[in-house]
Amino acid sequence: MRRVAIAAAVALLAMLPLVPSVFGSYAVTLFTLIFFYGFLGQAWNIVGGYAGQLSAGHAAFLGIGAYTAALLSVERGVTPWLGMCRIIVSNTEALGGAVGYYITFTGDPRQFQFQDARAYYYVALVMMLAVTGIVAWLERRRFGVYLSAIREDESACEALGVNTFRYKMLAMMLSSFLTGIGGAFYAFYLFSLQPASVFGIPLSVEIIIRAIVGGAGTVLGPILGSFILSPLAELARYYFAQGGWHGAHLVVYGLLLIAVVLFLPEGAYPRLARLFRR
Amino acid sequence: MSAPLLETRGLSKHFGGVHAVAGLDLAMAEGEVLGLIGPNGAGKTTVFNLLSGFLRPDAGAIRFRGGSLLGQSPHAICRRGLARTFQIVRPFPRLSVLDNVMVGALARHPAAPRARAHARAIVERLGLGAKAAQPAAGLTLAERKRLELARALATEPALLLLDEVMAGLNATEIAGVVALIREIHRGGVSILITEHNMRAVMALSHRIVVLNFGEIVAEGAPAAVANHPRVVEAYLGEEYVAAPSR
Amino acid sequence: MLFGGVFSLMAVGLTLIFGVMRVVNFAHGDMMVWGMYLAWLMATRGGVDPYLGFVVCAAALFVLGFVVQRVLVQRIVDAPHEMQILLMLGVALVLENLALLLFGPEPQRVRSALAQSTVWLGPVFVDVARLIAFAVAVLLTLLLSLFLYRTDVGRSIRAAADNPYGALVIGTDVRRVYAVAFGVGAACVGAAGALVAPLLPFQPPMGLQLSVASFNIVIIGGMGSLLGAFVGGLIVAVAESLGAVFLKPSLKELVSFSLLVLILLFRPAGIFGRRAS
Repeated sequence: MRRVAIAAAVALLAMLPLVPSVFGSYAVTLFTLIFFYGFLGQAWNIVGGYAGQLSAGHAAFLGIGAYTAALLSVERGVTPWLGMCRIIVSNTEALGGAVGYYITFTGDPRQFQFQDARAYYYVALVMMLAVTGIVAWLERRRFGVYLSAIREDESACEALGVNTFRYKMLAMMLSSFLTGIGGAFYAFYLFSLQPASVFGIPLSVEIIIRAIVGGAGTVLGPILGSFILSPLAELARYYFAQGGWHGAHLVVYGLLLIAVVLFLPEGAYPRLARLFRR
Repeated sequence: MSAPLLETRGLSKHFGGVHAVAGLDLAMAEGEVLGLIGPNGAGKTTVFNLLSGFLRPDAGAIRFRGGSLLGQSPHAICRRGLARTFQIVRPFPRLSVLDNVMVGALARHPAAPRARAHARAIVERLGLGAKAAQPAAGLTLAERKRLELARALATEPALLLLDEVMAGLNATEIAGVVALIREIHRGGVSILITEHNMRAVMALSHRIVVLNFGEIVAEGAPAAVANHPRVVEAYLGEEYVAAPSR
Repeated sequence: MLFGGVFSLMAVGLTLIFGVMRVVNFAHGDMMVWGMYLAWLMATRGGVDPYLGFVVCAAALFVLGFVVQRVLVQRIVDAPHEMQILLMLGVALVLENLALLLFGPEPQRVRSALAQSTVWLGPVFVDVARLIAFAVAVLLTLLLSLFLYRTDVGRSIRAAADNPYGALVIGTDVRRVYAVAFGVGAACVGAAGALVAPLLPFQPPMGLQLSVASFNIVIIGGMGSLLGAFVGGLIVAVAESLGAVFLKPSLKELVSFSLLVLILLFRPAGIFGRRAS
């Protein structure tokens, strides 16, 4: 049974690169979002899932990443490919305040702008797979074991020779670095940035809720969560917005968050894993 | 006698107006098993917290293997070879028994595969082999106490501080733990132990220090201490039977 | 400065909930926004002045807080901290966006006959509305401390905060006490909302800002300390208004956050906080 499940997962994964050539552009957009949120959920997972340190401020890192990439590109002509690699900085005040930023579309791949939406699809897919690979690799190493132990009991960790502050700091740095990269992607995928849409609690919630629903502190949880929730979120947004019901999808998120905490605190992935192990 | 393994001078700590530890002078030789006893609230756990770096002393010095431990964080102290257990056991509930022990082993073996191998050996040695893959949350109290011991042992300490590792166990389980502590000691680890079970602590210790109100009231070989009038007074003083069997 | 009373009342509600249950109410600001909208509903539909309506708002929020505690928070009082935060985040999301759905995103303002008039108070010229808001807020805080220290329910709340297990042993219905405490905390912030409704235009997303302001005050004053929350509220209000006058109005939040950082550096337990043992 377990082998079958793994084989199915691998087969599914192998088919992902083919999606753009088979399905229409809406599916491509949808999958790009799934990968993007899967990536962000995984980045959050390092600090929030494994180390158990809740960071509702993740959206801020994303925002800073997005702004920095946009600013560097618009004002200095620095390619966002480079920007994605070194987004560490920033000071929000220097970022043009609350006016929002618009990036002019040139369609130049060197500027991380693609005519073809499929390019974003592949970039997002690679990003998601890469970060999942990193997390899977770290999980069984010292770093991963220490983070899980810190989540469980910090004092006990200290007594066992774990420099808890250092490891929390490292986790935070890695996670916010990755989230910053996600921000650079976001900036150029959506072309225009406005603080309210990039910063703020709702986006943090979008990220966190996927990881929690899927299973925080597991390698595949955030990805699974994104596959479950991103399509639902898109549908909900679409239908609620049509009816003029602004905010309704966030009410649903809130209820979902409450329900998951009360009834499925470990997330969907551990449940599923147990199901297949039988 | 060569330089002591552990030595405290004038160690003091007070909480508000209460002097939990008042000018404690304690010395331990390499290879010794020292029993620290005293009625509830005598300051035993505070001494442990001071030695392991979880509390900062108000005054006094702590020397361990020739260096000072003052101002060191708990993890640094652990890496210098002083490990402790907690009176109220603190397993990592959602991690497996093996991973629990591995956290300790990683302090000496940074590469995960080696740390895992060491952890497995210790888990087997402490009789938890059958439970290695289970989450620690599902263990019985006796097993948790063993896990607490296993984790501390995995950090390969020179000195092990055991805080009430027998509390709440039945006679058979206590006998098992006593045998285990003997075995650990034979492996070259010095041990500082606090315990309410008098029979066990008398049997294990080379020397006993009796604490009351944060001060040493008696000190010596187990047999001599047991009959010391001030010891009897310290225990009876709070209507406490000398060898409580909980 | 006169906002200080309202700030204090907000913070007192938060600190009560935290002090008793060790649960941080992330929905605090959103509860306050609901207090504002209730006052607005009563004023626009029933012509009730918010300076009378605040009693109803407090009562309604008491019920809300009681129910939230009974149905949701009680199940996870012993759960890991992060789970509690997530749950309260969920509650905050629901409250905020339900307000958005029902009342729309446009800023609202409650009209009160009193908000127009002003009065000379010694050498300064003051809004009557602000004065009343201040007085009522201070009065409510005083009543609350009387309630906690002079009544049986209040005493059992303090007992449960001190040692829930001990309170249980001597026959206290800790679950009921928790629910009452949560209700009273929510009622404080509901009243605070109604009191500022005529002074500030409000809209649903303000909840987060208000929550953050409340945390800020509570941390400055000292977690779990009623007096700390009260004094902290006054200090923050004064600091913010001074900041707005001498620096730039948009920098007033920066002032209170700097205050927070300073306090955390020099007195991590807050002004009136006791160090955790």
